[in-house]
Amino acid sequence: MTVAFDYSTSIGPTSLPNPILTASGCASSGKELAQFFPITELGAIVTKSIMLKPRSGRATPRMAETPSGMLNAIGLQGPGLELFIENDLPWLHQQGARTIVSIAGETVEDYAILARRIRTQPGVVGIEVNISCPNVENRGLVFSCHPDTARAAMEAVRRNVGGDLPIIAKLSPDVTDIVQIARTVADAGADGVALINTLLGMVIDTRTMRPRLAQKTGGLSGPAIRPVAVRAVYQVREALPHLPIVGMGGISSGQDALEFVLAGAQAVSIGTATFGDPQAAIRIKSELEQLLIERGFSNFSDAVSYAHRAEQ
Amino acid sequence: MSSINKRAKQISAEIISNKKVGAYHHITLTVGEIAQLIKPGNFVAVAVGGEDSRMVLRRAFAIYKSSMDPLDGGIVELVVAPHGSGSKWLCSAPIHSMIDVILPLGKAFGIPVNPVNALLVGGGYGSAPLFGLAEALKAKQCNVDMVLGASTASKIYAPQEGKRSTNSMIFTTDDGSLGLEGMVSSVIPEIIEKNNIEIIYSCGPMAMLEAVTQIAAEYGLQHQCAVEESMACGIGVCMTCVLPVRGEDGIARMVRTCIEGPVMEGSDILWNTGRKVPSEVWGAL
Ligand SMILES: Cc1cc2nc3c(=O)[nH]c(=O)nc-3n(C[C@H](O)[C@H](O)[C@H](O)COP(=O)(O)OP(=O)(O)OC[C@H]3O[C@@H](n4cnc5c(N)ncnc54)[C@H](O)[C@@H]3O)c2cc1C
Ligand SMILES: Cc1cc2nc3c(=O)[nH]c(=O)nc-3n(C[C@H](O)[C@H](O)[C@H](O)COP(=O)(O)O)c2cc1C
Ligand code: FES
Repeated sequence: MTVAFDYSTSIGPTSLPNPILTASGCASSGKELAQFFPITELGAIVTKSIMLKPRSGRATPRMAETPSGMLNAIGLQGPGLELFIENDLPWLHQQGARTIVSIAGETVEDYAILARRIRTQPGVVGIEVNISCPNVENRGLVFSCHPDTARAAMEAVRRNVGGDLPIIAKLSPDVTDIVQIARTVADAGADGVALINTLLGMVIDTRTMRPRLAQKTGGLSGPAIRPVAVRAVYQVREALPHLPIVGMGGISSGQDALEFVLAGAQAVSIGTATFGDPQAAIRIKSELEQLLIERGFSNFSDAVSYAHRAEQ
Repeated sequence: MSSINKRAKQISAEIISNKKVGAYHHITLTVGEIAQLIKPGNFVAVAVGGEDSRMVLRRAFAIYKSSMDPLDGGIVELVVAPHGSGSKWLCSAPIHSMIDVILPLGKAFGIPVNPVNALLVGGGYGSAPLFGLAEALKAKQCNVDMVLGASTASKIYAPQEGKRSTNSMIFTTDDGSLGLEGMVSSVIPEIIEKNNIEIIYSCGPMAMLEAVTQIAAEYGLQHQCAVEESMACGIGVCMTCVLPVRGEDGIARMVRTCIEGPVMEGSDILWNTGRKVPSEVWGAL
């Protein structure tokens, strides 16, 4: 007898039919991918980080391929909050997609305003707070790299969002102790954490003998960073057994996703893999389900954190 | 459903021919019915390196030709320069191997409704999409002149059959090994004047497209160019392929060349901005 596999998961107060999400900045606002698979079949679409005002992003070249990865310095290009609410969110809602909106601010007050406007939009099932952004009020230092600024940004969001919508803090791995930052944002009211954002890197063009990217540095993503990401998820899970985690970093197969789940992730986001394969997320959804069933799990939740179980 | 990528499909295509032609490889793929949707200027995005490849990004290639073959069904032909690891992998792909391709992508060249005198300018493998364009223009009774340039003779891609759809074809090479010595831009003004050119189409290196844009502006001609910006996905989700482009409202924005291009009006592009976002661009930092 085959029993139906229960693929559902939850992040704080939101439950999702499955744990497969897009990664912010790697699926735009869903429209481009809709041609390749029904986007409603994913757990949720995480939209690219939206800021208060329109933003051109950085100059090109913005991208360099690296071994099993890529470096990007997009610089949060986007239409700004109001056009996003006008054009992107209604489309996603119309499709019946569950949307997690990623927000990014330059000041603590930005985060507050963004959260307040997004909270009431139809179809939004969560807010991911990208705090891996430069804080213009503090010498451009990245919010998530210091506990005080990470806390300030998260408190600003929490004050503006009620308990029915989960807020997920997205953390940078470029810190000495990611557990400390995770604990700080959890104390500040985060319902969960998204681990990990890109790692800062550089490629030098040996022909021009200068940095390849116009911006000089960029964020490293893709399979190259996967072990760093799995480690971050495992450490945060170990220290904070009840904090929901969205895991990401180089997931390109069901096998990769399973590592994150076993390490402690309630959901996984698919980023760079989508550039190589537009159907990556939907493929990974069925691959992961198959792997879990093969290993005898009858529901997804039982597999979460399974790598932490006591030795026999 | 959104209109973005609306004709595109991700398919597994068989390589049925892979021939070295000068400095390039002429590669033929079977793609099925979708070949009928392809227009001159469209491109494909190919996954390279096979399974477990360390190359995680797609490579874009202009479509040289597409047709319905009685034997092989829909086919697509590419002209690939073995440059870095991705293109070299594709050039060495054996016959009958399968590759993962997304097509057709991007905006095609606009074809005028009435017959015009058109000049097509290609640089290096940038000539590839111009032959299909020449055929489409010829079908509209246009007069088609072509100028192809490259550093050296082996980098001029100009198959015999390509000449059928053109009224004239001129070559320029930097080293003088084929045709006139020099750059395409040095021969264009004369052709414009002599042949009463009304529209210019171009494809090739960005510096060439910029030079052609300048000449087109001097003569007040429309100029559609197919740009080549570094692309990671080809389908509009990564935002790496952007160029500053002036819209109909006069405002310059960073636009995705994989979606709004690769074919764009040359005079709308803010050229050679020196690795900076010009301050006039919408939302400039
Ligand atoms: C719209 C479009 C059409 C193209 N048409 C053709 C064609 O018909 N024939 C052909 O041979 N090539 C074409 N190219 C270039 C091709 O996509 C590859 O960039 C080129 O083959 C180099 O890739 P590689 O893996 O060999 O080199 P690598 O140096 O290993 O490439 C690494 C990365 O840099 C990017 N990159 C490097 N150089 C360029 C460049 N000049 N332009 C864009 N991206 C670059 C690659 O896409 C890749 O992501 C086209 C590019 C675009 C955007
Ligand atoms: C091109 C690109 C753009 C990105 N943009 C954002 C963004 O806007 N906001 C954000 O929180 N993360 C952004 N990221 C980071 C991803 O969401 C993800 O955390 C990271 O890439 C690791 O996952 P991956 O290896 O699966 O891509 C971006 C990554 C890439 C490659
Ligand atoms: S290549 Fe990815 S958005 Fe254009």
